[in-house]
Amino acid sequence: MRFVTVSGPPSTGKTSIVLKAAMHLRDQGVKVGVVKFDCLSTTDDELYAKHGLLVQKGLAGALCPDHYFVSNVERVVAWGKENNLDLLVSESAGLCNRCSPHIKGIFAVCVVDNLSGVTTPKKIGPMLRSADLVVITKGDIVSQAEREVFSRSVGMANPKAMVMHVNGITGQGASELASLLLENEPVTTLSGSELRFSMPAALCSYCLGETRIGDKYQQGNVRHINLDKNT
Amino acid sequence: MNTPLPNADQLGTLKVGELQDRYPFAEGFFSSEGFEVLDDLEFSLDEALTRIAHERDEAPTWREGVLARLHVFIAEMLDFVTEEEEHIEKITVRGGRAKDGSAEPVAELTLSVGDVVCLVGPTGSGKSRLLADIEWVAQGDTPTGRQVLVNGAPPDRKWRFSSEHKLVAQLSQNMNFVMDLSVEEFVTLHAESRRAENIPELVQRIWHHGNELCGEPFALDTPVTSLSGGQSRALMIADVAMLSSSPIVLIDEIENAGIDRKRALEVLLAGNKIVLMATHDPILALYGDRRVVLKNGAMQQVITPTPKERENLTELQALDAKLMELRHRLRSGELLEEI
Repeated sequence: MRFVTVSGPPSTGKTSIVLKAAMHLRDQGVKVGVVKFDCLSTTDDELYAKHGLLVQKGLAGALCPDHYFVSNVERVVAWGKENNLDLLVSESAGLCNRCSPHIKGIFAVCVVDNLSGVTTPKKIGPMLRSADLVVITKGDIVSQAEREVFSRSVGMANPKAMVMHVNGITGQGASELASLLLENEPVTTLSGSELRFSMPAALCSYCLGETRIGDKYQQGNVRHINLDKNT
Repeated sequence: MNTPLPNADQLGTLKVGELQDRYPFAEGFFSSEGFEVLDDLEFSLDEALTRIAHERDEAPTWREGVLARLHVFIAEMLDFVTEEEEHIEKITVRGGRAKDGSAEPVAELTLSVGDVVCLVGPTGSGKSRLLADIEWVAQGDTPTGRQVLVNGAPPDRKWRFSSEHKLVAQLSQNMNFVMDLSVEEFVTLHAESRRAENIPELVQRIWHHGNELCGEPFALDTPVTSLSGGQSRALMIADVAMLSSSPIVLIDEIENAGIDRKRALEVLLAGNKIVLMATHDPILALYGDRRVVLKNGAMQQVITPTPKERENLTELQALDAKLMELRHRLRSGELLEEI
């Protein structure tokens, strides 16, 4: 079974491009499954299921979504193996740009869109910077100049990544993406694998459910903004 | 940048200010690692990282990891920014198969710089797939089985995957400017990202050509988002001709509205482009050097306009000029009783 992590900021078109690529693979007889990780709610699992894909969803709820992802990804891979998938895609939204679900040795895709602004690739962090492939979406509605400027800005953030344009609506580029997803080494288990980038240091009183504001309620790993230097 | 790249340990001994001067893009690396070193310009990177490690409560090995990643990042970035552009003379498409599996009637199509080639055929005939094959530099690995050669040889992988080398630039009807910049700022930004020389002059030329292509002039300080449809397209054409990295420009129909189509093609060809046009406009089709007829997912035949067709072009242009004149009169408030 091949395993791929797909991440990217919200609403960039992750689900659309995964779905379009999965349709191409399904038509070639490839058994594809998807696990959708999200925070509070998602209906994308229904969308995948409607297109005949085997799908699971994981909602992080009160937990940090990235921590939730990494605590579950090994089980998810085992689930894919049990179901004899040829390709398993994990799709997760990068919510704070600090983290990345990408794992060493596992093909990592980051999805960004042309509408998000030229400084966005720089701001995204390890999710984009440690990806093997950056997929740029929504190219059909912006000018060629903006596409080129944006694409270069992706290159400046991650000069070694492959970069391709995929249209989540028309499906242009999706069959090419599909072939890349299958080009990787099969995995048997993730046990012992490592994340490409460490998760954020946490565990302050607010992680444990504190809601009150003020110094006296803060314990554990707390860091204060340096306001003097900003004046 | 003549100084050789120091190794990871040596990077640590550089003063932060010095590092920023030598590798200005390193700032992006730091911010994506989640910290900044702007307050530490006078300190060595080792000292700055030690301070940050302390502040962030990082493990003792953290600093070495950051330096190693920074080293790799700088090396890759130096490769990326100094990469030479490859000059493209021609693109060859070797025929594959039609939707029904039969061999593609046109076995080979060669597109050279300066060519204007029109693509004609009904919806679903395979125009988009042909363009997608060219864009992806197909090597027998797409549904059509076509192979695309660059300068007569199988292409380098970068044409597929690099962020800057794409074979096809597109100009389509539903494209808009979305950046909140003036014409001047916008073109300057594009020129900078392409590392162009003599940017102010280039910006002037693009603006000038843009104005030449459309009936209603726009100013350098007009925000790109408030350009009219015709002005936007004119600016996009002039910009693609002079600044796009892609050797092929694909246009899906240059709409009539206020664009001098013949001049637009001249501007694109002056930029050493190969122009592909998906069009059913008779004038544009006859401006083309050739037209490829698509059917059932395959290139059926390549037509070179006949002398008879060329003669008709004069008449078609006269009709077109007439319509253009009426449009101008309409715009200036005249009645169209006498035409």
